[in-house]
This record gives sequence, structure tokens and C-alpha cells, in this order.
Amino acid sequence: MSMDAVFRALADASRRQLLDRLHNKNGQTLGELCEGLAMSRQAVTKHLAILENANVVVSKRQGREKLHFINPVPIHDIAERWIGKFERGRLVALADLKRKLEREEK
Amino acid sequence: MSTTFVYVTYIRTTPQKLWDALTKPEFIKQYWFNMTQQSEWKTGASWKMLFSDGRVADVGEVLEIDPPRRLVLKWANEFRPELKDEGPTRCVYDLEQDGDVMRLTITHTSERDGAKVIEAVSGGWPRVLSSLKSLLETGKPMPSSHNRPAT
Repeated sequence: MSMDAVFRALADASRRQLLDRLHNKNGQTLGELCEGLAMSRQAVTKHLAILENANVVVSKRQGREKLHFINPVPIHDIAERWIGKFERGRLVALADLKRKLEREEK
Repeated sequence: MSTTFVYVTYIRTTPQKLWDALTKPEFIKQYWFNMTQQSEWKTGASWKMLFSDGRVADVGEVLEIDPPRRLVLKWANEFRPELKDEGPTRCVYDLEQDGDVMRLTITHTSERDGAKVIEAVSGGWPRVLSSLKSLLETGKPMPSSHNRPAT
């Protein structure tokens, strides 16, 4: 799954709006997702295909309905790649601080 | 009504290696915040998720098992009373080959609408899956995967 596809999928306000809607309420049908949007049903279908191709949206059949779910895993992989090491740095800094403070107590 | 979360990741590995990574305690420990799971891995067997100090985090049962394709667990939180009260959830692992990669789908469902337990129990899923992918593809887990998030 290419990271380019994820960035391309996210580089569009309409697609981010669809992701926001799934983030608020996960597992929606195409009909539900279209409600109250200025986009045509065809446009939503096209955007969903791009989001699914990037694996940030996953669809599943449930009975007669096809439900769409937000999949946070690829976005998390991106965060890990560029942010993970900063979190690690903070943890190391905290450990150093603790060591220093505890040494002062003695 | 129910609450469902779906997670999908693609991992460059074999069906058997992925299956082992999901069911072998010493393997699980490497990518699951130092936690591990215990079960005899057969239908009807009990299942447990343990903290590194041995305390029980979650309990459940193997509902369905078809190595190396599908695993269905009954999964209930055990250490937070407000989540325990929401009752068990159902967690389905589907492993599919897609060319030279494996597609792993986790579908985690509670019969309750807006269940907190799903968000809490599965709150760490993206981290767990990133770390699992990293471990299988590079031999190293994610550095930030050593502790379970404060849930």
C-alpha cells in the first residue's frame, strides 16, 4: 500500500470531509454519507473509491447494505514514520529528568 | 444497533508467519505493548490478555478458528469496571493473500450502540498493527510500542 496513495487521497477537501463524517459516525452507507452534502452521489462514489484504494476507508457488506468504515492504520503509519521518534525523545528526556531529580534527593 | 471498528493493514509476509505472530505468546509480546495472550487456540478454549506483570487485562473465548485464515474471539475487558459492565465484544481476524502481501482485517464489534469498550479495547489497534507490520517486515517492532496506552 503506497504512502503516495494515502497523501493523494488526503489532498482533497471533499475527501477529508467524507473522512470527518466517518470519524464522527463509523460504518455508513453511501446514502447516509451523501445526506446534506453539496456533492452529487457520483462524486461521492468516486471519492470513496480513491479513499478505499488508499486503504483509509474500508467497505464491508452487512446484510443488504454496504457500510463504509474509516481505517486509521495508514495515517498512523505516516505519524509513526515522522512523529514516533519525537515521542521517543520526550520519553528519554523525562527519564533523564527523573534520574537527575532523584540524584539530587540523596 | 451496534458499534463496529474496522482496521486493515497490508504486510509483506507469509500466511503462516502472520498466523504465528497473532497466536504465539512470545511473538505477540514483541509488538503488543509488552502484553501477551494465552489460549489453547481451539474452538471453545478460553482466551486471556495479560499485562507484563501477569495481571489480567482482558478475558474471552475462541469462538472460531481456521488457521491460517480466520480467528474469532469473544473479548471482554476485565480491569476497568465501567468497560467490563458493557459486556463482551467480538473480534474477527481475517487473513487474506493479496499477491505477495497479506491483507489483515480486524473487525471489532460490540452489540451496544456507542460502546466505550470498543474504543478502549481497540484504541491501541493502529499502534499494534503498525508495530506488527514493522516486526514482520523488518524484524524490529515500533519503538513506541512498549507500553499500552493509558486506557
